[in-house]
Amino acid sequence: MAILDIRQRSGYLFLGVVLGHILLISAQVNSKSGVPLLEVVTFGVFSELQRTLSGGVGGIRGVWGNYVGLRHVKAENDELKRQLAAAQITMQEQRALADQARNLQKLLELRNRVALTTTGAEIIGAAASPDFRTLTIDKGTRDGLRPDMAVIAPAGVVGRVVVPSPRSAKVQLLIDRNAAAGVIIERTRAQGVVVGGGDDRLQMQYVSEASDVAVGDLVVTSGIDTIYPKGLPVGRVESVEKNGPAFKRIVVKPAVDFTQIEEVLVVLTPTPAKEAAAGVSE
Amino acid sequence: MRAAGVFLAVVAALALQTTLARYLVKGTVAIDLVLVAVVYVALTSGPATGLLTGAFAGLVQDALSSPLIGIGGLAKTTVGFLAGVIGTQFIVSQPLPRFVVFFAASALHAVIFMGLYMLLDLRNFGTPYAAVAAQSTANALVGVIAFQVVELLPGAVERRRAAKTRLRR
Repeated sequence: MAILDIRQRSGYLFLGVVLGHILLISAQVNSKSGVPLLEVVTFGVFSELQRTLSGGVGGIRGVWGNYVGLRHVKAENDELKRQLAAAQITMQEQRALADQARNLQKLLELRNRVALTTTGAEIIGAAASPDFRTLTIDKGTRDGLRPDMAVIAPAGVVGRVVVPSPRSAKVQLLIDRNAAAGVIIERTRAQGVVVGGGDDRLQMQYVSEASDVAVGDLVVTSGIDTIYPKGLPVGRVESVEKNGPAFKRIVVKPAVDFTQIEEVLVVLTPTPAKEAAAGVSE
Repeated sequence: MRAAGVFLAVVAALALQTTLARYLVKGTVAIDLVLVAVVYVALTSGPATGLLTGAFAGLVQDALSSPLIGIGGLAKTTVGFLAGVIGTQFIVSQPLPRFVVFFAASALHAVIFMGLYMLLDLRNFGTPYAAVAAQSTANALVGVIAFQVVELLPGAVERRRAAKTRLRR
């Protein structure tokens, strides 16, 4: 293979760079520490570029929408959308409270009845690589955001904060391959875990073959993962199949259309399970 | 000067990927504009520039989106080097050969990227053949169009100037 003669200058350079990458990967794989510093710094710098570009794109879209298009109708529509979003969030909270009331574990229910404290955030960027499903939002540690805070939209769960920088944060979407959430089937209270597949569907796993699950059932968060508050819609069951002797294979269509969301809410209130875990550690 | 151009091309691709892709790309169709930029630079500038561009672009992309920095960099370094070698050894000046190179580069990138993640037991990609084929095709189309646009633009300017000169006479 004369064309791949590694003894050429570029060949040695290639070997050196590849070796550097392997060392870099090895160092991270062996490490058990949190977020790499390089990731935080790079993300923080680049999110500013994303913010600027998003502002430019937003400005152009705003000019078109507000001055060239139907100006008053657009403003009225935006206001109605805000009101609808607020009403849907309230409805979600009411649904969560109603679920708790039906539950026999009243002591835990009392702790879960605390209303959610949220902060609104605008999406300013998407993932830099198509292999990862993340978004960048315009709120960060200055606004009280911390890793593992739940991010929701009026329709349901969006994901969780993974890398907060001072003025922005990276949100891992629930459909990312590394994402997961504890859930229950609202109708039958069958428990399981939804995991992302990297596409636009979720897989609900660890649901017993004996459980009652039907197509169209609403899947809501169970709250046991200490990230997502209990009772938030995750999606609806799209298909149910037998998967071996013990479990079902369940595909869930997410409640949120991840390609359409523009604004999200970050839940600042710790979940009761997280508070309990913090209390135990103290 | 060339390094600055390459740097700007990669940053522009990243900016487009993170900003505009959200509005343009729907569902599961995903175009890796950064990979397209790396292969483009490699084909036009050779293996050394290709691998360095791939390393830089991949590391930045990893730092922005991946939990593990280096895998995307390694994949893009390899792809940039091999695309550069092919660009210097073969005539890749027609749309069809370019399409093949972009397609093969995207497929190779996916194999290295997903293979390393699965080898390290960090992610499970299932059986992503259809997704890889779709992404490779989309990347190849974008790459070929980018080449055509870049090559046509200077000619178009000259033709316009010539037409204006003729009108004045």
